[in-house]
Order: sequence, then C-alpha cells, then structure tokens
Amino acid sequence: MSAIAKLFRRKQPTSSQVAKERLQLVLIHDRVKLSPDMLERIKDDLVASISKYLDIDREGLQITLTQNKRLIVDMPLRERSARRRSG
Amino acid sequence: MPGKVITITSGKGGVGKTTVTANLGMALAQHGQRVAVVDADIGLRNLDVVMGLENRIVYDLVDVVEGVCRLRQALIRDRRVNELYLLPAAQTRDKTAVSPADMIQVCEQLRREFDYALIDSPAGIEQGFQNAVAGADEVIIVTTPEVSAVRDADRIIGLIEAQEKGPGSLIINRLKPEMVRRGDMLSTEDVVEILAIKLLGIVPEDEAIVISTNRGTPIVLDGRSPAAQALDNIARRIMGEDIPMYQPAREEGFFSRLARMVRGGE
Repeated sequence: MSAIAKLFRRKQPTSSQVAKERLQLVLIHDRVKLSPDMLERIKDDLVASISKYLDIDREGLQITLTQNKRLIVDMPLRERSARRRSG
Repeated sequence: MPGKVITITSGKGGVGKTTVTANLGMALAQHGQRVAVVDADIGLRNLDVVMGLENRIVYDLVDVVEGVCRLRQALIRDRRVNELYLLPAAQTRDKTAVSPADMIQVCEQLRREFDYALIDSPAGIEQGFQNAVAGADEVIIVTTPEVSAVRDADRIIGLIEAQEKGPGSLIINRLKPEMVRRGDMLSTEDVVEILAIKLLGIVPEDEAIVISTNRGTPIVLDGRSPAAQALDNIARRIMGEDIPMYQPAREEGFFSRLARMVRGGE
C-alpha cells in the first residue's frame, strides 16, 4: 500500500469499539429471545406464505433485528417475476 | 425503622461479587451502621474466607432455615468493627436446602436487627440466584468491562425487572483506566450506555485486592488504595451521601496540553 493510500485508509476500530458493537448486537437478540434457529424458521414461514403470490428469492432474504426493536424483512423478488410485473 | 436488604449479584462468576459484598459490609460498619453480610452461595461458601472469619463458623444459613439454631446463634461477629456480622452459607449442602420463601423469612428477621443486610448471591440464574434475590429490597449488579460479564449482567437485569425487584444499580469492577485510554477496554460510559441502569460506582483494578484476600482482611480496613477508596465511596452512596463518581485520571491530550501552554500553565 502506498503512503498516500495509507494516509487515507480508514482507521481500524479499537478493540473496545469492536467489543461494544458485538455486545450491542448479541444483546438485541438476547433481549427479545430470538435465536438464530428461530430466525431461520421465520424465514421459511415467510417464504412459504409470500410465495403463494410472488416469486421470492430465498437466498437473498434478510431479516434484521434493530436496536430499537424493529424486525426488518428485506425480501427480494426473483428477477423474472419482477420483470413480468413491470411489463 | 426497618433495615434494607440488598442483594449483590452478577450472572457471571468471578467478577468480584464476594469481594464487593465483604468490603461494602465492612465499610458500612465503619460508618457506624449495623450490618449483616449473608453468604447465599450454599455448597460453595466463600464470603467467610474473604472476610477472614472461616475459623469461627458454628452454625450456618441452612441451620437457621431448618430451625437447628436461632438466627442470632448463627451470626458471627466481626470484632474488627463495631456492628458487623456474617451469616455463613452451609458448605456440605446444596441450594435446594433453602427456598425463596425461607429467604424471605430470614430477610424479614435481618431487617428488624440491622440497618443493612447484604446478600452475596451465587453466580448463575438458577435457584441459588432466585433465593438470593427473593427477600431483597434492592439489587446491586456487579460486572467487569468485558463482553461476557456485561452480557450476563444484561440478562440478570431482565430477570430482576421481571420479578419487580429492578432496575437495580451497577458496579463496574476491575476497570483498567490505562486500557480504556488505549481503546482496549470498554469504558464506564460504554457499559452504562449498553445496560442502561444507574451507576453506583466504579472500582479500579488493584493488586491490593489480591493481597487483602490472601490475608482475609477486607481492603477497606487499610484504607488508602484506589480500590478501597472506590468501595468506601460506594458504601457512602448506599447510605445516601452524594459522592462524585471515581474518575480514573485521564492523560492529557495534545490539544489541551497545548492550550494550557498557550494560557501560560495553571
């Protein structure tokens, strides 16, 4: 890496910043008692029900629990079905 | 006026509950309060050795609960201060020997006899912990600035709130100011932000604690070390005094040093 690139490279987070972020993430899940396994089951159920109407991309489906206790579901449609709808 | 029962707990083991209990009990007694410290860790008793009273145990908490002796007979007087007593845990029994209802009854008696009863809770969230908080008026949560300890503290805070004993107050133990300064340890602000409960005090890491535990002499008895002062401050806050929070000495940054030089020093 050149000296200039080094100069502009973002500073590495300190280990305490890493600790804080990891803690905040793990506590979000602890607090609502949401295990990774439950998250997978929710995904399956969502795909099963929405798939009756739309062609869902299961691989691209993302569920995130935010710090202010919101469950955000990002559910991409398959390319094919999206085009069909607009056309 | 009836006394106050305060349970000291943490979730995670090894964060310093017993040391904190012994020292807060001793410090409160030094300030003229009548104090009982209770070891609720049945089967793994330790408060007696931390206080240096292990050779004087005759009866224990389970004996009191089972009616083998009266509460007064089981209390060991600490002769180094005026009014400090230890109610030891049983070593040869397990936590099922005592129920939350038993503890509520013992706490009721303690409230009549003492200004403060401090209960040293076992680690974990199971029956031993449930027993320890059953009779509490207030709960103090001890944590260290580490991911695992803070996570467990969060769990404990949730449980205490569910039992309407909450929200409790927080002691951050074994803080290393130098590591916080380098960005290699969670700071007081980080921990308080994450756990969102009232901060009762900060105890810096201090080798003198190890030495005092070796000797069975709670550190507040010899006074001057940083941890002893921090613990004494916490005891006084418990008594309702308004004591400013311990602030680890911050190294001066470049700009403030420059500013001071420009201003001609102070």
